[in-house]
Amino acid sequence: MIKNNEQQKLIEQLNEKFGSDIEVLTKVCSEIIFKISLNQVQDICLFMKENLGFDLISMIGNDEREVEGHFAIYYIFACYRRKYPVVLKAFVEEDKPEFPSITLLIPAAHWYEREIRDMLGIEPIGHPDTRRLVHHSDWPVGLFPLRRDFDPQQVVPRYSGEDQFQRVKGHGIVNIPVGPIHAGIIEPGHFRFSAVGENVINLEAQLFYTHRGLEKQCQDQSVEKALFVSERICAACSLSHSTAYCQAVEKIAGIQAPERARFIRTVALELERLYNHIGDVGNICAGAGFSFGVMHGARLKEEIMKLNEAIFGSRFLRGINIPGGVRWDLETRKKKIILEVLGSVEKDFREVAEIILSNDSYLDRVETTGKLLHKTAYDLHAVGPAARAAGIDQDCRRDLPYAAYDQIKFVIPTYTEGDVLDRINIRVDEIYESIGIIRQALEKMQEGLIRVELKQLPAYQVAVGIVESPRGEIVHFLMTGPNNTVYRYMVRSASYCNWPALLTTVPGNIVPDFPLINKSFELCYACLDR
Amino acid sequence: MLRIFRKGYKTGMSTDSYPYDKKPVSSNFRGKPVWDSDKCNLCGLCVECCPTGAIAIEKSKIPYVQVEKCIFCGYCEDQCANGAVTMGDEYELTLPEKTQSERFNKGQPGFGRSVHIRHLDAGSCNGCDWEMVALTGPVYDIQRLGFDFVASPRHADILMVTGPVTRNLEIAAIRTFKATPAPKLVVAVGTCACSGGICEKSYAHHSGVENILPVDVYIPGCPPRPQALIHGLLKAVEKL
Repeated sequence: MIKNNEQQKLIEQLNEKFGSDIEVLTKVCSEIIFKISLNQVQDICLFMKENLGFDLISMIGNDEREVEGHFAIYYIFACYRRKYPVVLKAFVEEDKPEFPSITLLIPAAHWYEREIRDMLGIEPIGHPDTRRLVHHSDWPVGLFPLRRDFDPQQVVPRYSGEDQFQRVKGHGIVNIPVGPIHAGIIEPGHFRFSAVGENVINLEAQLFYTHRGLEKQCQDQSVEKALFVSERICAACSLSHSTAYCQAVEKIAGIQAPERARFIRTVALELERLYNHIGDVGNICAGAGFSFGVMHGARLKEEIMKLNEAIFGSRFLRGINIPGGVRWDLETRKKKIILEVLGSVEKDFREVAEIILSNDSYLDRVETTGKLLHKTAYDLHAVGPAARAAGIDQDCRRDLPYAAYDQIKFVIPTYTEGDVLDRINIRVDEIYESIGIIRQALEKMQEGLIRVELKQLPAYQVAVGIVESPRGEIVHFLMTGPNNTVYRYMVRSASYCNWPALLTTVPGNIVPDFPLINKSFELCYACLDR
Repeated sequence: MLRIFRKGYKTGMSTDSYPYDKKPVSSNFRGKPVWDSDKCNLCGLCVECCPTGAIAIEKSKIPYVQVEKCIFCGYCEDQCANGAVTMGDEYELTLPEKTQSERFNKGQPGFGRSVHIRHLDAGSCNGCDWEMVALTGPVYDIQRLGFDFVASPRHADILMVTGPVTRNLEIAAIRTFKATPAPKLVVAVGTCACSGGICEKSYAHHSGVENILPVDVYIPGCPPRPQALIHGLLKAVEKL
């Protein structure tokens, strides 16, 4: 086992550098959980990033007072070269709820730390942004939903408070407020443009309008029931979320889904990517008023969604996963239908994509628009097609293989410009790759079981599920409670990382380009707000 | 330009014939669950395992589902040891609370053949929203039935509300409702909007649109398929 040797080396390296400030707590499957001292958090995290090449992929605050007598902060790192995640856990005393902020060292931590402050009341000391993130201005001071003593069903009174947007001042500056209810069938969010004429100087967003308290709701719920919540965090990435959740549960249970189930998951995950990407390539055209692309995109997306319903009974691929496997088998008859539809959609889409990408007036709008810089993408840990379009070569399907991706050959396309055009190009390339993956998976699939029973789960165990959704890497953090319940569940979706990245790409463009840039990132609000 | 025209010509018409010609759903489709009275031994496991508490049982009668709470996950079918529950193929599940004629005062004109809809996202998972987007696409094309989506509530006759109405959107939802001129209908779209669905009673939302706005028509589904939305809209304006 190379991995074990490598992990042993990592443990030695960390022990040598930090001595008693870091110790191995447990190992769950491939991931190691370290306990670290709170006062060494900054040094250790920086060492992980700068010297060992790990990226911060999620950060979770947890109220463990009833179990261990204190709060805890989890830092989840992943290294795409090493193919396993590392979890660092630091304890925070109840009477001194604060921890050193790492935002200035690792900018990707900025939203996580603000969320921990809002939801758990643990203060990141030294965080450059003191504004709220999750709670809006009318939320009362000193009320923290994710603390265990917060009654999830209570009615929270409204207080008056002011929105804290940065103000751009000067001659000719116009502030344009947009939303939360938008002119179209879109999710809600509030945007504040500061512009001179049509040129955007600054853009800020107030999100979390669709915050439904789903993580709080999952606390103390049974592991089986939380699955249905995980599927409904977001519809467009429904299957990715349920797969990540099932992965986390399976890791804790010490089981692995049977091989056939993993192949079925692969097929379904790629169908999800297909309908999203095809829909997106079409929908981005709407940002430039190019209705040919919109209509053909919608038509082809509908083909895949009808296929989803015919094969798995749900247009959004819900109800497939269950911890321990999948609920529906793929018989030969279904395989045939999938291959038929894919064949016709591929041919059709090639023609549509070729016309879209050779239309000069459209290319004029998308080229050099909304550039995401490589450095920004790296610092903010942007993920998915948006990051790959900016030259970041990362994809969990290859780097942290799950389902049956380790048995399938595929290419991860990358581009370098990071503009709207490259985000379209990435999707077009990935569509063909996805079709290839589905064909291989259907061919290589062997007969066998599709699910195994889930037994009693060990209590207070931590695991991480990571999946590459159509929008990028998603990270599910799960801690079990006694009797197969959920103690803490945290979902870090792809949109969570990409929203801050999107906001950096708009200044320098004109206001009418915002819908185009926004559509090219295609971020979910529901995934982020939870 | 010529290529665009040629592609359109080659593609031909792709519009679905619903509601005039209803195609049968696939055998895997998960619609309203049905119970086989011969196989059901009244054990109550389905009632227990339902993630949204949608299944009810009265003593010594076979269970039934309250569709406004059902998320069509099929877990009852999965768990039933006797195979008594199956997910049926019924998807036209609109529950009209009040119809157009009941709701509008006497003498007020109802809607004619041109009905304008405003979508109001009140905290959905975006599933219902995507299905509404599909309605405007070439396949379902609801303009052929006299409906259209508009950008402002001031131009709307119908508000289609999705999501359980979160705390953070409550004020915006009420303002949107007030901005819509009477006569107007409110349609709750999706199980979250109808009853809260998977979103249990919480600090963060109001468990259904009816707790904030007067709802006229409920379209359950998680999410309702586009045909179910068309059915609901036609019901709302009494065209069915």
